[in-house]
Amino acid sequence: MKVGYFPGCSQTGTAREYDLSLRKVIEKLGTSFDEVKDWSCCGATSAHVTNHKLANALAMRNVMLAEQQGLDDLVAPCAACYNRLVSSQHEVKQHPEIKAEVESILETKFQKDVKVMNLIELFMKIGTEKITENRKRELKNLKVACYYGCLLVRPAEITKFDDAEQPTSMEMLVELTGAKTVDWNSKVECCGAAHSIARRDIVIDLSKKILDDAKRHGANLMVVACPMCHTNLDMRQTIMKREFPEYKEFPVLYLTELLGLALGMDEKELGIDLHTVKFKYNELAAETAAV
Amino acid sequence: MKIGVFICHCGENIGRTVDCPRVAKACEMLPGVEVSIDYKYMCSDPGQNLIKKEIIDKKLDAIVVGSCSPHMHEKTFRKAAVAAGINPFLVEISNLREHCSWVHDDIELATEKAIGLVRMSVEKVKRNQPLTTIEVPITKRTLVIGGGIAGIQAALDVANAGYEVVLVEKEPSIGGHMSQLSETFPTLDCSQCILTPRMVEVYQHPKIKMMTYSEVDKVEGFIGNFTVTIRNKARHIDESKCTGCGECITKCPIKKKAYNSFEENLAYRPAVYVPFPQAVPNIPVIDETVCTHYKNGKCGICVKVCGREAIDFDQQDRIVTEEVGAIIMATGYKLYNIDKKPDDSIYKGYGEYGYGKYKDVVDGLQFERIASASGPTEGEFKRPSDSKEPKKIVFIQCVGSRDESKGFSYCSKICCMYTAKHAMLYKHKVHDGEAYVFYMDIRSGGKMYDEFVRRAIEEDGVKYIRGRVSKITEEDGKYIVKGEDTLAGMPITIEADMVVLATAMVAQPDASALAQTVGIPYDKHGFFNEAHPKLRPIESTTGGVFLAGACQSPKDIPESVAMASAAAAKAMVLFGSDKLEREPVVAKVLADLCAGCFACRKVCPYGAVEIRDVITRDGIVIKQIAYVNEGLCQGCGTCTATCPSKSIELAGFNNEEIFAQIAAL
Repeated sequence: MKVGYFPGCSQTGTAREYDLSLRKVIEKLGTSFDEVKDWSCCGATSAHVTNHKLANALAMRNVMLAEQQGLDDLVAPCAACYNRLVSSQHEVKQHPEIKAEVESILETKFQKDVKVMNLIELFMKIGTEKITENRKRELKNLKVACYYGCLLVRPAEITKFDDAEQPTSMEMLVELTGAKTVDWNSKVECCGAAHSIARRDIVIDLSKKILDDAKRHGANLMVVACPMCHTNLDMRQTIMKREFPEYKEFPVLYLTELLGLALGMDEKELGIDLHTVKFKYNELAAETAAV
Repeated sequence: MKIGVFICHCGENIGRTVDCPRVAKACEMLPGVEVSIDYKYMCSDPGQNLIKKEIIDKKLDAIVVGSCSPHMHEKTFRKAAVAAGINPFLVEISNLREHCSWVHDDIELATEKAIGLVRMSVEKVKRNQPLTTIEVPITKRTLVIGGGIAGIQAALDVANAGYEVVLVEKEPSIGGHMSQLSETFPTLDCSQCILTPRMVEVYQHPKIKMMTYSEVDKVEGFIGNFTVTIRNKARHIDESKCTGCGECITKCPIKKKAYNSFEENLAYRPAVYVPFPQAVPNIPVIDETVCTHYKNGKCGICVKVCGREAIDFDQQDRIVTEEVGAIIMATGYKLYNIDKKPDDSIYKGYGEYGYGKYKDVVDGLQFERIASASGPTEGEFKRPSDSKEPKKIVFIQCVGSRDESKGFSYCSKICCMYTAKHAMLYKHKVHDGEAYVFYMDIRSGGKMYDEFVRRAIEEDGVKYIRGRVSKITEEDGKYIVKGEDTLAGMPITIEADMVVLATAMVAQPDASALAQTVGIPYDKHGFFNEAHPKLRPIESTTGGVFLAGACQSPKDIPESVAMASAAAAKAMVLFGSDKLEREPVVAKVLADLCAGCFACRKVCPYGAVEIRDVITRDGIVIKQIAYVNEGLCQGCGTCTATCPSKSIELAGFNNEEIFAQIAAL
């Protein structure tokens, strides 16, 4: 099986390990990626709040390239990319005038409907039984808080995927690895997102609340599916530690990394060693088992 | 044929933009017109006398009045014509006001148009046939559907006027939601205490036939003459033998299999049960879905303990038909719950409030049961999860109501009042407790209503916060309520022991199906539609069907009772005469032409088209043709427009008349 792939900028930079682990996991599951050639920015964070036309054109350019490349599906592992692509696609479908405008900018016409998928939808498409079949080890003693963030499931009428307030699809995937999941309150809370640079104080406050909530509900690990969330939740723990002496580090993994571990790969292979908060499955599992 | 034309100035309403004398003058010349005059106010007494005098003096056969809309004064002018000896259907109205003077400003053109309109009416009236009103007999009995406070009130009023009533209630007892309430606003008197005497009165009234645990399956006929099929569901208890001793209930071994819906699922009930101790009638029902006998034929303890041999496991539903002349709909409401809704529902659930997964997040009716002396906690404030007394309760108003994103555009009207009451009842019993109310607006219109809310705030110290709640989560047995205080302009978080949601009032889930059975219109929310929002709020658009209480829109008790009495009065107005007079503007099938395609039957919105056999002298059916039931037909003309062979005519609006009118334009 071949699936279209739109990496997005994060996958080539801050979320290098997300890209790495994703490709490895996909390969293990017998799927390969057909990367969109000459892909560009999805328009996230700045374009869609400043220039509506530009935002739609940027997002749809990538969808158009996928279409021209003969792809039926297109996976955007970054939640922000996914959200931009499906939102623009929705607007183009709903409003003929926007469609005409985008087509005139791109100097070509849409011929078919490329299905844009997020990470979870990708695994659903590949088939959950593939994960079970290829599982090399059972990830015992992990209590995982699945974090969806704001963009993966919202707005519900556009994403038409899982529940916007009480999602459960990621839990279902995580439990395939043998890990346990916890029921907690901040699954869809905001991590502060792009304020990471300009208003770091907000991000520290919001992200710490999320991490604290996960700990309070008995989790020993958090799993995410968004590079922006990961930056805030993992990297910003350095500052949390500095500002709050009592603060205890908490590992945050990409969903793909967790799946990779279950499929038999090690931390280094999956790029987990690149994280700010260090994570070694064996150590954490042993520690938890001892308690 | 001699026709009289009368042009009204309507003061200046028509006269300002239409040159009335010129219209009258121009109409004089029309063929058939004997006399044409204008007058300042044709609807006034002298105006009507003028018409009468001209009819008599000039021996007129028909008249045309150029005036306001026929909705306004057609009846007036018809009456005047009848007084002068003309059939009322030989009167035509040309609407020179709403259709002409009010919508134009050019005098020249408006006058021309007015002349044209009158000319059309003259051509039509020449072809009009004299019609006589239809008389329909009336069955002076009333069916009341729903035995809540509205149904009870309507039944008692009609019965006390001396007319028979059939009261149908789908639950095992009458009483409705009012019987579940603890105290009632704004006087805080006990709901049961004021309701149960009425319930007993209904039960004992010689003119009321009460049918509980029953549903209406079919309604046929028309105003004054309905035939209703009612299904009396099997209680599995012989009603004629049962004394209501309750021995079967206490001895039933099934204790925790079925939720008690009267207690809003806060308690369990046995397999054989009465909904509540004061139930009327006090006859239990056996729930087949949980009773052991229906699983494996065993148990039968109730049979052994019943001294009257009243248990009848083999009892079947009974079908009863009743003849009635009027129907009063009083089916009430349900509370919306915040659960996740199916995709096809127009409503959405509250995922942000946990879709109802938290035990101590209850709705208004559940809180009524907790507050009620006869409820599961015997009136002590205990939260459902651990039976502890809540020290801090957050009340949230407008849960669903006025929230377009959840599919509600309307205000449920009663929640501001009952939330104030809830907070007050709580503060009266838990003196050190704190009560917070999140509100959007406080809508407390009504006698002593705003005073009541002020009392909650000022005397009982209930803290009102203007703003919405964004999320409810649970943290070690506490409920974290995150919201916004829009007056302070700040987010607010309250750690509560319990949360009470004032969820929206919605129509009964089967309301739309019942509306279709009875043949009345309803809105997208399932509330029944009134014939006119201001001037006919009690009547449905179907003759003889009246509305009472919350089945029409959210209402509190006083309003429901007032509406019920009004519906009863409407039924009695109907019963005031022995025959019902109906306008003869109904469709009639031309039997010789009808090919029996029944296209008319498909389009008739009133179900007035029936199938009739055409039988020869030897009794052989040669064909089937359409037949219009005059009692049901409302004269809309849809069938006449649909009929491919032009074999249905609407009296007063037949093809000849209409085409003559068009040709005169």
